[in-house]
Amino acid sequence: MSSTALAPPKPLIPLPGGTTMRGVLWQAGLAIVVVLVGWSLYNNMLANMAARGLQFGFGFLNRSAGIPIGEHLIPYTPADTYQRALTVGLLNTLRVALLGVVLATILGILLGLARLSANPLLRGLTGGYIEVIRNTPLVLQLVFWHAIVLQLPSVRQALNPLPGLYLSQRGLKTPALMADTALFWAAVAVVVALLAWWLLLRRERARQEATGDRRPTWAPGLALLFGLPILAGYVIGAPTVEWPVLAGFNFRGGLTLSPEFFALLLGLVIYTSAFIAEIVRAGIQSVQRGQWEAARALGLAPGRIMRLVILPQALRVIIPPLTSQYLNLTKNSSLAVVIGYPDLVSVANTSINQTGQAVEVIAIFMAVYLIISLVTSLLMNTYNRAVALKER
Amino acid sequence: MSASTAPALPTFTERARDFAKACFTGPLNIAISLACIALLAWVVPPMLRWAVLDATWSGTAAECRAAGGACWAFVREKFWFSIFGLYPFEERWRPATMMVILVTLVVASTLRIFWTRWLLLAWAVAAVVMWVLMQGGVLGLSFVETRQWGGLAITGIIAVYGLALGYPLAIVLALGRRSELPLVRWFCTAIIECVRGVPLISLLFMAAIMLPLFMPQGVTLDRLVRVLFAYTLFTAAYMAEVVRGGLQAMPRGQYEAADALGLSYWKKMRLIILPQALTITIPAQVNTFIGLFKDTTLVVVIGVFDFFTTLRASLGDPNWLGFPTEAYVYAAAVYFVLCFAMSKYSQRLERDFTPAGR
Repeated sequence: MSSTALAPPKPLIPLPGGTTMRGVLWQAGLAIVVVLVGWSLYNNMLANMAARGLQFGFGFLNRSAGIPIGEHLIPYTPADTYQRALTVGLLNTLRVALLGVVLATILGILLGLARLSANPLLRGLTGGYIEVIRNTPLVLQLVFWHAIVLQLPSVRQALNPLPGLYLSQRGLKTPALMADTALFWAAVAVVVALLAWWLLLRRERARQEATGDRRPTWAPGLALLFGLPILAGYVIGAPTVEWPVLAGFNFRGGLTLSPEFFALLLGLVIYTSAFIAEIVRAGIQSVQRGQWEAARALGLAPGRIMRLVILPQALRVIIPPLTSQYLNLTKNSSLAVVIGYPDLVSVANTSINQTGQAVEVIAIFMAVYLIISLVTSLLMNTYNRAVALKER
Repeated sequence: MSASTAPALPTFTERARDFAKACFTGPLNIAISLACIALLAWVVPPMLRWAVLDATWSGTAAECRAAGGACWAFVREKFWFSIFGLYPFEERWRPATMMVILVTLVVASTLRIFWTRWLLLAWAVAAVVMWVLMQGGVLGLSFVETRQWGGLAITGIIAVYGLALGYPLAIVLALGRRSELPLVRWFCTAIIECVRGVPLISLLFMAAIMLPLFMPQGVTLDRLVRVLFAYTLFTAAYMAEVVRGGLQAMPRGQYEAADALGLSYWKKMRLIILPQALTITIPAQVNTFIGLFKDTTLVVVIGVFDFFTTLRASLGDPNWLGFPTEAYVYAAAVYFVLCFAMSKYSQRLERDFTPAGR
């Protein structure tokens, strides 16, 4: 090593864009390899499919699928096409993913705050819970929850933890809001109340700018939020709630969450919330102690310290990993196939078994997941660029 | 070291007093503590009764049912099956030896005195030895098809081979993504994002169902090899992002200094950048590996009998029907111990790598 002399600089042919001849050669080589490999794979595929009496193409999507799907958000019968069946599967995926993201965020934030509590009992309990959940595979947890749900009492002895909530082998039953005019006006009342609260908040902020004095808005705001819908209920009539009633061997009315959906949602929410809790905790801890002390020295109330000083800084640390947790939850929902919830992958799997068009179906569902992920990734990278520390 | 410089450790009574003070000052705090105690009182005694007091530790299924508690006799009965799966009984010493090699290497890898080039070489040699040992067909070992492999042994194989094959690929992808050559950069970015954007089980499906279609006619790939293909790709894409994080974290001065010395691209990376970038990201690598290790359970969807699937299959034993909870608790405990140990290790490394005073 000590005898290394400085080598004379190698003559490089400068090319536009600051790159060199060698770089161009590298890239050309890569392009040729990619094209050749792709071409030979494509040829192999055509030959293999021909040997099995199949033809490459998406024409099968218009054939009748004959796949029975228990849960569908849009009207569906087994006589419908593969295209329709896959759409039903996609909607089922999106349903569990969206609901899961919302619930996991709420539970995750609560757990994260509990993890930071001054109370050692609460801190320890939450810590133990988070470690157990994070260090066991999700597949195992899903199968476990599914087994638990299937071991619940039968419909006639359904657990009834809250009025209108029934837990049984057939899943979870909840009261349903009927879509009628009363519900419409109640929703309008809520929107109007929120708008009014926002206007009030703006006025108070302007007042604070002008006079330095500020009155809290939460009392009139809450009064509006609850008062207006109740008023609307009195004038137009309260929205109808359909309660589940036990009739014979099953429930009638109400909203049903199937055992599979319920187990999948439960598993995804519990698993993801443990990760979100750690992200929230790390984010809040990343804000230096001096920030708390400075805010306190300014005489801010604890709630406002959190909202105005700590959270904006913590969010910078929290948002990027949080987004990837959302993505993980969406991708993990494909484990539905293990417990038999008809999500996109599960329907696609059945379609492959029936048609043999493996390449096309897998290409479709990979493309769908890619689109979901890339859109989120794009947003995340844009945000990342905005908040990243800049060096020179 | 004298008592005057170092503060004395708090005694047990002092610690207990501090604990009680932290739990029971202020009305809200007391309410929280009481709620926690109530929760513990509600959950712990029935669990203890089920898992310990009423449990059956050895015996038959009928004795288990009579006792009413947990049936650990079932786990005992299926213990070796969950480790070796359907591997021929008289040949079980082979996966056992393989696992001893594996554990020895893993333990050696956690000790920093072994962090040298020789460790990498040892892993490469061991990878070959382990596969030969498992498959046989040479050196007088009888041939055992991969479809007969199973249990914890195959979980270890998938995780370790995935990492061993995926890691070099990850470094190449990470360098490619940071390359100044646009075509190379786009290509590597596309691979990383495409693999990370889809669920692992779709990759497994792809490998199991689609890969045979892309092979020249007459060529068949072993199922385990196909699983390893998907898993390696997955490992590479996720590790590549961790490595890229390390590359980005290097101060620009390091790159500039290497350029100023007249080092070529590969020398710059091999001698200056990668050693630092890989070292600072070791904790993150361990964390990623924990996730990947848990994901080995996903091979259930294409019918490879890993530890969890083997255990689940044993639930169908007609002599031992009706003990799924025991099986799941056992599986969870095994995964928990392994993953928790890894995460503690990664936390210790993180502490060691953080400069003091930060």
